[in-house]
Amino acid sequence: MSSDKVEVDWAGLLIAVRDFQDKTAFAQIFRHFAPRVKGFLMKSGTDAALAEECAQDVMATLWQKAHLFDPSRASVATWVFTIARNRRIDVARRARRPEPEILDWGPEGEPDQADVYEIAQETKRLTDALAGLPEKQKALIQRAFYGDLSHSEIAAETGLPLGTIKSRIRLALDRLRQTMS
Amino acid sequence: MSMTIRHHLTDPLLIAYAAGNLPEAFGLAIATHVSMCDECRARLCAFEAVGGAVIDTLESVEMADGSLEAVMARASMVDRVAVPPTVRARKSSGAVPSPLTDYVGSDFTAVKWRPLGMGVRQAILKTGPGASARLLYIPAGQAMPDHGHRGMELTLVLQGAFSDAEDRFGPGDIEIATADLEHTPVAEAGVACICLAVTDAPLRFMGLIPRLLQPLFRI
Repeated sequence: MSSDKVEVDWAGLLIAVRDFQDKTAFAQIFRHFAPRVKGFLMKSGTDAALAEECAQDVMATLWQKAHLFDPSRASVATWVFTIARNRRIDVARRARRPEPEILDWGPEGEPDQADVYEIAQETKRLTDALAGLPEKQKALIQRAFYGDLSHSEIAAETGLPLGTIKSRIRLALDRLRQTMS
Repeated sequence: MSMTIRHHLTDPLLIAYAAGNLPEAFGLAIATHVSMCDECRARLCAFEAVGGAVIDTLESVEMADGSLEAVMARASMVDRVAVPPTVRARKSSGAVPSPLTDYVGSDFTAVKWRPLGMGVRQAILKTGPGASARLLYIPAGQAMPDHGHRGMELTLVLQGAFSDAEDRFGPGDIEIATADLEHTPVAEAGVACICLAVTDAPLRFMGLIPRLLQPLFRI
């Protein structure tokens, strides 16, 4: 419980996994995120045994695909969410999920440290804002992300302040495009 | 990207895609637009961050004993350096945006088009249940047959441009049409207009002949 109070540099830990296959860093990420992924999958309607298996898959993928993690566009929680979502789709529907063209920094580039810091901060603010929403509104957002709501059932207005994080990500994308061209 | 995109995705579509809860055909249109539009990519990333916040605020469920060790044993057996180069491919080599290349190849000239009359051609793409996707090829200056919509239809311009009475749609623009829209899009002069059209209901054509042909062409 006390570890939640301390601000952990999750992006730094995942980069240590990416660059040095740092097992201690991975263990710390695992202890925080694996039980949450399991909880997420169970909320999405997966039974406990399958959720356990899938949460393990998600964490293994996190290790294997660490080179695709871009901390200027996503926090570790966000990255974990996208991997868990994709695993849920694989399991539940066995349908393909078309993915956007991959944009990465390539072997030479690295994201700007200020961008990385801002994305981590903005995601934390977003998490606090979600936790502070009225229960009914929060539940609707959670249900949308569990995959309970179709696009026509999803409200256009989330009630979350998303403008700043979107602008930050946009700036990071502009910088990435400059290095790619 | 250098192109100017004026018609973007709606928040509910981006949220449903971020949540992984769209039929494959819709997901294909979203992924393709996002590949062409950094503004919508940034919005998508912001909605995925909401997913991250949902994960982070959830009650955790204890993992089984030995799960960390099991994952470590699996993960460290994989040599991450030996990731196949295709995974790192950043751009499709031809004119086709990369999410579409799995469905139609990397070049529009290689698409297996079927004629619909008046020079209009289509290619139905193989996608999962819930919605259908097709490429449309409309010669420059050619009008599409009058048509209305029963469900929701997304039309993403990949090449050229089309206009209807209301607006103009160029490369990267996505038109979001619902059941109340009846319109006659016309391809602009210049190059042929190629669009990705996805719908959760069959299109109904207003003219008699096209309606009779509908089952035949699986429109």
